[in-house]
Amino acid sequence: MSDELLAIADRVVAMAKPGEQVEAVVVRGTETEIRVFSGDVESLSSAQSQGVGIRVVVDGRQGFAYAGSLDESAIAETLADARDNVSFATFDEFAGLAEPDGMAVSVLDLHRDALVSFETSDKIAMAIELERVVMAADPRISGIESAEYADSSSEAAIATSTGIRTVGSETSCFLATYAMAADGDETQTGFGFSVGREPSDLNPSRAALEAATRATRMLGAVQPPSGRLTVVLDPWVTAQFLGILGYTLDGESVLKGRSLFAERLGESVGSSLLTLIDDPTDVRSFTATDADGEGLAARRNVLIQNGVLQQFVHNAYSARRAGTVSTGNAVRGFKSTPSVGCLSVSLVPGASDPAALIAGIDDGVLVQEVSGLHSGVNPVSGDFSTGAEGLRIRNGELAEPVREFTIASTLQKMLRDVQAVGNDLEFLPMNASGVSLVVADLTVSGS
Amino acid sequence: MIEQSVLEEVLGVAMRTGGEFAEVFAEDRRNASAVLDDGRVEELTSGRDRGAGIRVVVGETTGFAHTADLSEAGLIAAAQAAAAAARGGGGGTNVVALHRGTSSRGYDIETFPGDVPKARKVELLTRADEAARSVGDAISQVSVSYGDNRRRILVANSDGVFVEDDTVRTFFAVSCVATGDTGMQTGRESVGHTVGFELFDMYDIDQLARNAADRAITKLAARPAPSGQMPVVIGSGGGGVLFHEACGHGLEADLVSKGASVFRGRVGQQVASKGVTVVDDGTMEREWGNIAIDDEGNPAQRNVLIEDGILTDYMWDHLRARKEGRRSSGNGRRQSYQNLPMVRMTNTYLLAGEEDPESIIASTPKGVYVKHLGGGQVNTATGDFVFGMTEAYLIEDGKVTEPLREGNLIGNGPEVLQRIDALGNDFAMGPPGTCGKDGQGVPVGDGVPTLRVSSLTIGGTAA
Repeated sequence: MSDELLAIADRVVAMAKPGEQVEAVVVRGTETEIRVFSGDVESLSSAQSQGVGIRVVVDGRQGFAYAGSLDESAIAETLADARDNVSFATFDEFAGLAEPDGMAVSVLDLHRDALVSFETSDKIAMAIELERVVMAADPRISGIESAEYADSSSEAAIATSTGIRTVGSETSCFLATYAMAADGDETQTGFGFSVGREPSDLNPSRAALEAATRATRMLGAVQPPSGRLTVVLDPWVTAQFLGILGYTLDGESVLKGRSLFAERLGESVGSSLLTLIDDPTDVRSFTATDADGEGLAARRNVLIQNGVLQQFVHNAYSARRAGTVSTGNAVRGFKSTPSVGCLSVSLVPGASDPAALIAGIDDGVLVQEVSGLHSGVNPVSGDFSTGAEGLRIRNGELAEPVREFTIASTLQKMLRDVQAVGNDLEFLPMNASGVSLVVADLTVSGS
Repeated sequence: MIEQSVLEEVLGVAMRTGGEFAEVFAEDRRNASAVLDDGRVEELTSGRDRGAGIRVVVGETTGFAHTADLSEAGLIAAAQAAAAAARGGGGGTNVVALHRGTSSRGYDIETFPGDVPKARKVELLTRADEAARSVGDAISQVSVSYGDNRRRILVANSDGVFVEDDTVRTFFAVSCVATGDTGMQTGRESVGHTVGFELFDMYDIDQLARNAADRAITKLAARPAPSGQMPVVIGSGGGGVLFHEACGHGLEADLVSKGASVFRGRVGQQVASKGVTVVDDGTMEREWGNIAIDDEGNPAQRNVLIEDGILTDYMWDHLRARKEGRRSSGNGRRQSYQNLPMVRMTNTYLLAGEEDPESIIASTPKGVYVKHLGGGQVNTATGDFVFGMTEAYLIEDGKVTEPLREGNLIGNGPEVLQRIDALGNDFAMGPPGTCGKDGQGVPVGDGVPTLRVSSLTIGGTAA
């Protein structure tokens, strides 16, 4: 199948005129999403999508166009549009496509035929089972906001006139549910999920019980008083925090003067307990990939080692401009040109399990959910403020649930204030994995 | 886009296995965008997305399939996939006769952006870049983006509805970074309307860029925002997102019907302070959330959600309205032909009151004045919501004083609506927004007059 996509990409590249660099990204995918409610299918969506993105660079100017179609006529129109767009870009001596860097693209075990051949009826059964276990988990469970099974199988080919030819295919699936628990007029919610490459990786019971536990344990939640406290971020919250941190380490942000850490290479930027890696070659990660968005081999990069900033991540353009080499961190879909970003970021786990981390805290909060990361966190200034909910920690034990409060600090200070890293690495349906993380001295704003 | 006879044939196929309702939604969308960053016009992007989504409803189940192939064969294959997904009992035959309807938005697009030379779009970027940088040496980085799109849609369904629409939106934004002794700060301004290139007759791009730069520079002197509860005054036009989150999402019938809204069962009750009237209005001409028809073929409406503090109605799409035996309120929207429609807001706003905005601030001894809000998020089941402040100041002794660093504010929707204790006479719509729900983004507008909430929790770091 991917050979067919590569053949299309090759055909586009073969149309390159003298003096022109041409890159074609061709993708095709199948997705299924099944939502259930009250023991029946609420909606079942099956989708086939495809598209092509074409980038043209001529004499330091870049143009781009895309189409959600692989028709010959659409491809021809897209190439013409991309060429036309070239003339309006500003000259940039560093503009250009990626070139082969000698690192072979290793084929990772990301595609499973078991997912492709999994029957729709079995997918429905799995989603119904997810909802059933949530509802049966606790008498206080009042309903579900959503229970879904989703999967995708996709393939992509990238070819360039500079000699890159890469194909890849991957499958993924997940279960996710939002449970509601009620007591009188009060309702609380909790999220649970399970991710994998094929259906047998999924665990509906675990996802369901996690959602039910998270919802029921929030019943009776009160607004905590304001103060400075030690906070335990659970793996789900830590992963979202790492996603934002990744932005500050991308080479484009650094070059364009938008990174807090631009001048800090080789310096200590955080607790010595912190080792941050970006490793899209770890097949357990939901966003694992053979190759980056420009067709270069994906690779494991150590960004922060024991608190010391080691490197930024780059794509071909940002690397050329920074006088270094791409770290295989081009990020894109077929509808855009490559940007720079972490592909699969995580902390190297520590030694303690979450219970031991909590046992070491006299007065704190376990945060199980945050909100408004996009509106209250500014990765340029470092200001960090999010809505939060979770459980109070008193004398080393989980105590009353708390909600309607914010936690605030700055990204810079939070990295320095890390007190412990948990051993509970979790893979999540996003481009970051999480561990429990203990951060001291956050401002809790409540009543 | 598609012949009437083909649509009738496709809908017949969709209904053949026992479907109770079938729909074809076709879309042909062209996007153009241009970005200037770091002093360079980085690229122009052109894109085209064209396809159809077909859904079939049987009982409580919706089957959905989409295709980029608009030929009769492609559409029939998608109809069969959607019908199979809905698992109908089978045996049904259904002849669908379509009645062509019209859509009208009450005004015309003056200049289609597709007819404007690309060079003119690029010139706007460089002009804004220069204007922003001219504000001061502290401006260390500027990014400018231009975008336009033209979205032609067609809706045909087994109820006989057959209607088409053509929508044009144009957008422009400037983002600045200011650098000083205290680090870096950001300032952003954006404008967007359901209009063509005449957007640039409506706004002074140089002024927009200078405002974004000023905002970033002002914040270099900002102190950490306070923590804890205090009165909050929201500036006119700066923060309709408060209502979008505090009550808008909670009034979407799909969430209400699942018990996932604190506003369930509260129609007819006093849910907000007297004087508070909240409207969702897809007909607002030229606004970012304007629609002539929704993505299910229903005409846009002006829907009063809360009137003088009393909850009057929820927002409805076809599916939820059908279940309740009522009409859709014209709020069935979707990101693209690849998505199922859901209940979505359009332009959501709070009507003006009678107070002088100056006197609202003057009568606030201590508090926070939020001139511009950022995005927000809500948990509709608990009602807890947050929203960001991108430009805010302390209020001390009834006067706006020092600028504050960014942060979120948190509150509970039903409680906050009851705590609105002042409404200004200076209503204005805010900047264009993208509302996200279940992974689908749609363009929405919002607006407020100056208003005061007697107590909200401010998520800063200062004591």
